[in-house]
Amino acid sequence: MGGGRRTVSREIASTSTEVGDDITGRQDVSAALSVHDLSFSYSGQPVLESVSFELKAGEFAVLLGPNGAGKTTLFSLITRLYDYRQGEIRVGGLDLHRHSVEAHARMGVVFQQPTLDMDLSVRQNLSYHGALHGMTPAEAKRRASQQLTRMEMQGSLNLRVRHLSGGQRRRVEIARGLLHEPRLLLLDEPTVGLDIASRRGLVEHVHRLCREQGVAVLWATHLIDEVYPEDRVIVLHRGQVCADGGIGDIMAQTSSDSIGDAFDRLTEGETR
Amino acid sequence: MSLAAYGHCLRGVVGRELLRFVHQRSRFVAALVRPLIWLFVFAAGFRMALGVAMTEPYQTYILYEVYIVPGLVGMIQLFNGMQSSLSMVYDREMGSMRVLLVSPFPRWYLLICKLLAGTLVSIVQVYVFLAIAYFYGVQAPLAGYVLILPALVVSGFMVGALGMLLSSFVRQLENFAGIMNFVIFPMFFLSSALYPLWRIREGSYLVYQIASLNPFTYAVEMIRFAMYEHFNAEATLIVVATTAVLLGLAILAYNPARGMMTRKAGAGAE
Repeated sequence: MGGGRRTVSREIASTSTEVGDDITGRQDVSAALSVHDLSFSYSGQPVLESVSFELKAGEFAVLLGPNGAGKTTLFSLITRLYDYRQGEIRVGGLDLHRHSVEAHARMGVVFQQPTLDMDLSVRQNLSYHGALHGMTPAEAKRRASQQLTRMEMQGSLNLRVRHLSGGQRRRVEIARGLLHEPRLLLLDEPTVGLDIASRRGLVEHVHRLCREQGVAVLWATHLIDEVYPEDRVIVLHRGQVCADGGIGDIMAQTSSDSIGDAFDRLTEGETR
Repeated sequence: MSLAAYGHCLRGVVGRELLRFVHQRSRFVAALVRPLIWLFVFAAGFRMALGVAMTEPYQTYILYEVYIVPGLVGMIQLFNGMQSSLSMVYDREMGSMRVLLVSPFPRWYLLICKLLAGTLVSIVQVYVFLAIAYFYGVQAPLAGYVLILPALVVSGFMVGALGMLLSSFVRQLENFAGIMNFVIFPMFFLSSALYPLWRIREGSYLVYQIASLNPFTYAVEMIRFAMYEHFNAEATLIVVATTAVLLGLAILAYNPARGMMTRKAGAGAE
């Protein structure tokens, strides 16, 4: 699997930032997300092989990979929709197996598929999510209003989701993902099905969130134009991390003129 | 997570299910029309042919409409359980099941919340049906309408847990029609919902044996007895035990470490 591909690896500082499990959440020196030597197979078919990377607090990382690279599987493992037997995942220093409840409370997720209830209002959808994180209705309402204001969507609180545009729905999903104030936000191809303007707006918006709120973001995509020059890029191809670093580093190490070129070389020109 | 947080989670899941139910008026109408047709048309037509002799828990000879009502209550819950199961398959295909499953609460608790929510929806339907039946002339003692409530919770959990377990095996929404044919109809017809067991035995000993092994028979009998201010310990015990087994299996099936979720992702894995 990918034997002849170039591998640009970032040193995983697994020992320097590791402080062990702390379910009180007092120590912030742990990485927001740490994936170490993670492998996963379906019916004997490897989907992920020895995937390792770390995400610091407030860092925006783009998980770049062609369709079928294993991005959604990686997200399903981090969110515990699937279970893993080989490797380790830590969220804010907490082992996902041992402290599933606390680790889940620290992460927000925006799935590839739209997951809002179309017949319910924005408020009802957000209130449901708040309840799933143990919030009182009043607290969920306060936070929903706060998040929607940040998204410049405060007027849509009582609108039915069905009446929102695709871009607005995605913003509501991001507001929902941030409702319980997680330190890590996972977005799995969140721009699927959006027009160019909405896509651009969403990418900008999440970058701003990352800067202003210090939330660590892992943004999975196969679209090169969603990568900002200052972003860290983790290239996933055929279940393996084949590059991890800043855009400049990856371009230099692949002798490419652009990140698109570098991506093509790393993924052997598979469909972007 | 505090105990209050668990309470908020339960309230949220139940509230969402009730809201969805309110929005889906056609589902409510369909849920009522089905048993009402059985009561108004089927039972009225068979009244003369199928009059029921004195049998527990009834104190006197009863009309067939009176006999059939607890069975129709069970039918409402059975269809609602399968409807919830269908919506779980739909939610999984559409992705909204993921929203529930990535909540920090333990998965067994989330599934129980979901079951309770579905059960409450079925109880609302049952009471509307019983109110119509009351004005039609099928009247149980007033206390029976209160005593039936715990029985409805237990039987609702049983058929809901069955639906949840089935939903973990059904890969696609299209396959759900098979559930209707192979689960709902046999469970309903091969039970004491339409005829008492002694009468079934007169017709066919084999069918009687199957009906005696069918847990739905005991759910219907538990409801029937509660409705007439009696407690059927045997039926209750069987229903509770069946619920525990089905619920355990459903929780296992939705456990990421052991269950079907991983295998179901199968070829679609990215």
